[in-house]
Amino acid sequence: MKQRYVYVLAALLAVIGLSVFLYKWQVLGFPVSEDQERPVWTIESAVHFDSGPGTIKVQLHVPTLTPGFRMLNENSVSRGYGFSLNYGSGGREAQWTIRRADGDQTIYYRISVYEDEAVDQADTTPPFPPRPVINEPLNTAVDVLVSDVRDRSADTSSFTTELLRRLNDPSPDPNVELLLAGVESDADFVGIATTLLASARIPARVVHGFPLAGRQRNAALVPWLEVHNGDQWLYFNPVTGEENLPERFFVWWRGNEPLVSVEGGSNVQVDFAVQQNHLDAVAIAETQAAQRGTSAIDFSLYSLPIQTQAVYAVLLMIPIGALVMVIMRNIVGVDAFGTFMPVLIALAFRETKLFWGIILFSVLVTLGLSIRFLLERLRLLLVPRLSAVLIVVVLLMLFISLTSHRMGMETGLSVALFPMVIIAMTIERMSVVWEERGPIDAIRSGLGSLVVAVAAYVFMGMAWLEHLIFTFPELLLVVLAIVLLAGRYTGYRLTELRRFKELSAD
Amino acid sequence: MFSITRKLRNHGVLGLNERNCDFIMRLNPRRFYPRVDDKALTKVLALDAGMAVPDLYGIIEHQGEVRQFADMVRELGSFVIKPAQGSGGDGILVVTGRSERKRSSFRLSSGALISEGELQYHISNIVGGQYSLSGNRDKALIEYCVRFDPVFAEVSYQGVPDIRVIVYRGYPVMAMVRLPTRASDGKANLHQGAVGAGIDMSTGVTLKGVLEDEIVEEHPDTGALVAGLQIPQWGFILETSAKGYEVTGLGYLGVDMVIDRDLGPLILEMNARPGLNIQIANGTGLANRVARIEEIYDADASPAERAVIARREFAA
Repeated sequence: MKQRYVYVLAALLAVIGLSVFLYKWQVLGFPVSEDQERPVWTIESAVHFDSGPGTIKVQLHVPTLTPGFRMLNENSVSRGYGFSLNYGSGGREAQWTIRRADGDQTIYYRISVYEDEAVDQADTTPPFPPRPVINEPLNTAVDVLVSDVRDRSADTSSFTTELLRRLNDPSPDPNVELLLAGVESDADFVGIATTLLASARIPARVVHGFPLAGRQRNAALVPWLEVHNGDQWLYFNPVTGEENLPERFFVWWRGNEPLVSVEGGSNVQVDFAVQQNHLDAVAIAETQAAQRGTSAIDFSLYSLPIQTQAVYAVLLMIPIGALVMVIMRNIVGVDAFGTFMPVLIALAFRETKLFWGIILFSVLVTLGLSIRFLLERLRLLLVPRLSAVLIVVVLLMLFISLTSHRMGMETGLSVALFPMVIIAMTIERMSVVWEERGPIDAIRSGLGSLVVAVAAYVFMGMAWLEHLIFTFPELLLVVLAIVLLAGRYTGYRLTELRRFKELSAD
Repeated sequence: MFSITRKLRNHGVLGLNERNCDFIMRLNPRRFYPRVDDKALTKVLALDAGMAVPDLYGIIEHQGEVRQFADMVRELGSFVIKPAQGSGGDGILVVTGRSERKRSSFRLSSGALISEGELQYHISNIVGGQYSLSGNRDKALIEYCVRFDPVFAEVSYQGVPDIRVIVYRGYPVMAMVRLPTRASDGKANLHQGAVGAGIDMSTGVTLKGVLEDEIVEEHPDTGALVAGLQIPQWGFILETSAKGYEVTGLGYLGVDMVIDRDLGPLILEMNARPGLNIQIANGTGLANRVARIEEIYDADASPAERAVIARREFAA
């Protein structure tokens, strides 16, 4: 009965721990491995213009829906200007206003984004566009072209491809030639294509953006065609007619409106600069969680002050040490002094490093033990004797630190990190075992403690494990589940297989 | 490794984890522990139940009383000092006599002489809790020093051999005799190097011995054969052990007895966490016997009946 409770509880803890872990990992994107960095692009648009005499109002389209990218943050640098973000017909618009300004003006808008596959179809389905009103003779050309293309296509996608093929035909038919007569830029060309698609009652729009690649001084805006097939938006290369989006294509704004409009200024020019950085994936995941309003972030250790974080980075490894302890004692069956002494020693090893840790520990215990045997002759009462051992241990630490400092070995200084009370208790316990059971038992248990401490140190020192536990503290619930299960482990300990070898004969 | 595990399982060998988990935690309620962990209390309970125990000469409970020790033992030639809450035989001193010339100098079972002051220091260590299970303050018991039955003379080095009977839910299931050696410093404790010899439950005759997890035929110090000794009053020993269940309420119990030359079997102490080496000494595991008891368990059986059943069921 109790067995079942333990299983249920352990399963429950493991499920809770693992599901929170999976949520944070898969959905919020917290990284499972250490130092995982994700590329972050900072795109800076600089609006240059000459100020006129009156009030100035600058409106700039800024990214709204960015398939494949998620915004990390955005800001504007514009001294003296009032700044606001509004929703216009083509998406978000940044607006700067100032009563008066002198000379050349430059206004910066900066946005940082990172890749996120999940941000793709976050757009709504548009209504069917009304037939655009087009004057003759263009209207007839449009009708002929649309009905011609419709005959040779099966669906929205193939319609678009066929249409673009005809528009790009090096030897175009007269209707196309007529329609493309006034086209000056690529954007105009795509604009004509959207008009043609609208005539066929297909929602379409121009998207303006650029592929992000490393560092770019002057990124050129590329117009792209976006067509809705009733389910989702499709992207078409307006030149080749292929259905695709360039790799890392960052959509800045959509529609036929101009990128920027400046009232009260002239000689407007917009430059885009792209800078690629690498940012800690944890920071990105946190921003993301905060944007979603997830409470996971409120309980994240990364929200603590840095110093406290450092403390918890160590503290959170203690359960791992305890788990090692449980396995070494109950499943392997190693003799050791004290229940958690080896874990605390392992903590001290973190600072001293293993080699010096073992040497310092051995020296300390050996010296302490010899002095403890001298104290034995004084016949002190128990508590004063323990206190005396403690004081001796502190003095020994001081002595070791000073001696090693004198000899120029700074590692000896770290002896002060050993848990002195625990060491004093160990020395006392060891001396009693020595007297009662003989030196062999005492040394065996002492070595056992050291072995467990080293094992605990190895696991507690694993950087990836430390990162994993620190980023996903809920995994400690899984550790707890394992410890609970180990608590009901009734199988043999490994050392018992040897101990009972006389009974394992056939 | 798994084949070893399987063989051990087939032999019904009980491991430490299983003992702790399935036996001690299930059958031994914590609240009954003081009945066995405090030897002074055990003595009182055993006496009330009509069991024979070594005479208690005195108890020293406080540091201040340590000085009265000399008065306590003034008339005594031999005695034993033990911590009331000790474990594994730690802290037990057996005084077998006094120095011829100096009355305040005592002779230990090992033959070494020890001064009254040293004994007092030992007692104050006991009272301070050095040997107690919890590390808390303890009491020192001064009691009758058993003069063991000559049947064990050939197979003991100094100290007093004792008999350990494992009692499962009132039924004796396994027994061994623990023989002190030079290595164990006269103590009948297997961890300290005493020899354990299994006992045929039906006849009370000793089987092979075990020393430090190894099978031995002879006593390492005396060279006498360990097997084939008839334990006197075997039926009485089993019955007394079975009674230990009623006295303590513990379902998994180790009862330690000694056989005094004059007084017969005496209850020395009882143990809520008896060790597992007894399985090696008997060449068989506890689990199979325990399973048999579960089959034939009868809550109304008297200790005497249970002792008879044990003799019937568990012949070697």
